[in-house]
Amino acid sequence: MNTNINMTNQEYSDYIDKKAKNSPILKDVALAFLVGGIICMIGQLITDLFMKFGVTKDDAGIITSIILIFLGAFLTSLNLYSKIGKFAGAGSIIPITGFSNSVVAPAIEYKTEGYILGLGANMFKIAGPVLVYGISSSVAVGLIYWLIKLFI
Amino acid sequence: MDILIEYLKVFITGGIICAIGQILIDKTKITPARILVVFLVMGVILYSIGLYQPLIDFGGAGATVPISGFGSNLAKGVIKEVDEIGFLGIFTGGVKAAAAGISSAIVFGFLASLFAKPTIK
Repeated sequence: MNTNINMTNQEYSDYIDKKAKNSPILKDVALAFLVGGIICMIGQLITDLFMKFGVTKDDAGIITSIILIFLGAFLTSLNLYSKIGKFAGAGSIIPITGFSNSVVAPAIEYKTEGYILGLGANMFKIAGPVLVYGISSSVAVGLIYWLIKLFI
Repeated sequence: MDILIEYLKVFITGGIICAIGQILIDKTKITPARILVVFLVMGVILYSIGLYQPLIDFGGAGATVPISGFGSNLAKGVIKEVDEIGFLGIFTGGVKAAAAGISSAIVFGFLASLFAKPTIK
């Protein structure tokens, strides 16, 4: 292993790549599958519980989202979500709890820069693009659907 | 026994969606922010062409809890609203469907960041 200080940039990037390869993709994917699957099962459990108490399916879905977003925010504020994220990868990013984490983490990080331009402005640093493209694509879908209905 | 199979389906559906995301991260070095955007938009598109609802019927929360489910919700909302109120629904349907998610993320995010201390990375 050549780790001397005189490495060229190319040697160094090869060295980094070799080190990075040590994180085996199979293990990453298995952990993402496991953690993502478990978070979804927790969501199903919350939905089933509320439906048992007579809440409609649609409302139970909304309540589930709110509770999972709360849990994501809560775990982020205790600095626990990033610990889960370290080994779960996409398993903690893709569920709605990860969306919540992407809102809360920058808000906490930039709080020191003030409540308006720090916390307020940076809260949607990552989630902002999600809303931009999500809402834009929903408008596009609505427009296409409206046009189709017009002509059929 | 039935309930076990139901939860197994939820686990597998949610697991596979997250595993696809992980493969993308490992193979393409795509950033988490882009993963969120890609999966959300995929959810919108797949729902619109009628492919996401079968996934929800099969996997329940396994399909609705991932961010792609949030996307499918946007598409579902906009289609429903266009059916009900016509042209204006194009602009109101999506956000209406996502309202609970957005509001709760803002409020809980705001409260959480009030109480949490920034960590040194």
